[in-house]
Amino acid sequence: MVTSPPRVVVVTGVSRFLGARVAARLAADPRVERVIGLDPRDPPPALSGTLADVEVIRADARAATGALADLGAEAIVHMAVAGAPDSPSGGRQAMKEQNVIGTMQLLAAAQGVPGLRKLVVRSSTAAYGASFRDPAVFTEDTEPRAVPRGSFARDILDIEGYVRGFRRRRPDVAATVLRFAPFISSTAETTLTRYFAQPIVPTVFGRDARLQFVHVDDALEILHRSVLEEHPGTFNVAGAGVLSLSQAVRRAGRISVPLLEGTLSTVAAVARNVGIGEIGLDQIDLFVHGRVVDTTRLVEEFGFTPRDTATAFDDFINGHANGSSLTADRLAAAERAILDGIRRVRAAAAGETREGLTR
Amino acid sequence: MSQHEYRDMLPGHADFTLPKPAAPVRLNGRRPIPEVPEMNGHQEATAPDAVDVWDQRVAAGLAFLRRRLAGSYSVDDFGFDKELTESVFHPLLRVLYRDWFRTEVFGIEHVPGDGGALIVGNHSGTVALDALMLTVAIRDQHPDDRFLRLLGADLVFRMPILSELARKSGATVACNPDAERLMTHGQLVGVFPEGFKGIGKHFSDRYKLQRFGRGGFVSAALRTGTPIVPVAIVGAEEIYPVLADVKPLARLLGLPYFPITPTFPWLGPLGLVPLPSKWLIQFCPPIPTAHLTEHADDPMVVYNLADQVRETIQATLHTLLEQRPDPFAR
Repeated sequence: MVTSPPRVVVVTGVSRFLGARVAARLAADPRVERVIGLDPRDPPPALSGTLADVEVIRADARAATGALADLGAEAIVHMAVAGAPDSPSGGRQAMKEQNVIGTMQLLAAAQGVPGLRKLVVRSSTAAYGASFRDPAVFTEDTEPRAVPRGSFARDILDIEGYVRGFRRRRPDVAATVLRFAPFISSTAETTLTRYFAQPIVPTVFGRDARLQFVHVDDALEILHRSVLEEHPGTFNVAGAGVLSLSQAVRRAGRISVPLLEGTLSTVAAVARNVGIGEIGLDQIDLFVHGRVVDTTRLVEEFGFTPRDTATAFDDFINGHANGSSLTADRLAAAERAILDGIRRVRAAAAGETREGLTR
Repeated sequence: MSQHEYRDMLPGHADFTLPKPAAPVRLNGRRPIPEVPEMNGHQEATAPDAVDVWDQRVAAGLAFLRRRLAGSYSVDDFGFDKELTESVFHPLLRVLYRDWFRTEVFGIEHVPGDGGALIVGNHSGTVALDALMLTVAIRDQHPDDRFLRLLGADLVFRMPILSELARKSGATVACNPDAERLMTHGQLVGVFPEGFKGIGKHFSDRYKLQRFGRGGFVSAALRTGTPIVPVAIVGAEEIYPVLADVKPLARLLGLPYFPITPTFPWLGPLGLVPLPSKWLIQFCPPIPTAHLTEHADDPMVVYNLADQVRETIQATLHTLLEQRPDPFAR
């Protein structure tokens, strides 16, 4: 089905990096007449340049109930999904308020908008939960085997539940759910990028999770296409290939410190309370179980292949070279030095024996 | 000199070359003149510089270490680390395979050279050493450098360290999505449908196949149209003969069984050394399933096929046991 691109697009969560980038990119596209950013908080000054062409309305979803219909929104992009509690703005309570209650209210409001044709929701591969009996690779049809421990993963399950309800009540709206792998790029700031940027990285002893990343630019491309084109359904968005956690730490030139799972949980909880760390149960579950998804459906439907996980991670490494200690260059230099040393010692020894023979 | 070698040396054979001139021999401490005797105008090829084997080994070892430390190796979707498996795990296991168990392999030609196959074996030996030896056997004997991807119990993937060793050596959780994904990607998948019932059975039940679960492996093979290769492994039953199973202790530790063997737990860590039994591995002719793809959900077809595989393995076990009357023979 070929339809025209929506004329009026509402983007939620524009006070955050990814939401602002999505809105700016849509505003720059001539096919979209009007882009409205919806956020209960004012965008930080750093993002105001990005949001120059976007009308920003400072309101939460409940207040926007009437606004959505008045604006004549034809597409809604729901990006106001927080991955981790943000202590200055209220911690876990505010995160749940925004993720779960915010989605519920937004979808309730969207249900009453007559001209609505498209709904794009940011989700996460955390929707697959974490269990020891999980298959190695998740397809979109895999059901989580257990309710996950992490707060973000539980929120994601709730959000997807609301979207399922919305799809039932408004079958005429093309709803796209994008399950993103963790974002990465040279500049992106997420819990995981801050984790890998530390000079010494704590990991879980005896576990080496398989990780996948998606480059922020590719994620933006997919989001953009799902607004302008017609791609109803649920899609995994990730870079092909896998990096194991230890491998990623080594590639970034960091030093890993394996801690027992219990110790790591305790340390992370204490650090969170003190306000210096932000590793939660979501991250610990990821580091224990790993998470790999199948992106065949995405590539077939969108005709776009995100760059693979290793390439995306290389971009991150390039942007964060200053905290690394064991870089590939230094290791190569050490290898050469040791090899030369051994050769010199052996040559000297061989020379001595030859002298001994001739004498 | 064998007949073959003798024939190859005769003039007129395609590979015939003139014999090399003899190396100069010192006569009374002096070199003979001429230094290099010229025979029929045949010039002696100048000897290439002697390759410094140790230098190569040191360089290769250092390069391996550097690649591991820099993380520049690749891991597949299931966590299989080919480089680590090939250069660390298999050389270690090969010592057990060749020198300790003196394994002999028959019928390797029944394992296809390309494309997927489901290798179904009997399970025994208290710990799953038979699965590891089977991977080494295929790697060692198969002409096409194939790796066996094992399907393991979720208990293995629950344990730290062990789970990662299993993933890195190519194993994954025994579930249909993983098995089907591996087979559609043309991999050799190894499965032991007896599971813990097989490896935890008493010594008196040795070489008696246990129940084959629900036949999930058969439906996975049917759905992907992958041939099933039954394999019989003789020798693993004698490595840790289970005399008794302490159920309460097993329940306390969360294990499926707690074995008492003649050496374990009496000798402590020494009891973990497997007894050096003689191993025989026989691959049976593959059972094609491509024509049964639409019957993957038919319980009768699945059950009958599982039974056929089970019967084949049991019959092959009996013939192999006749070939090996003494479990600890050379």
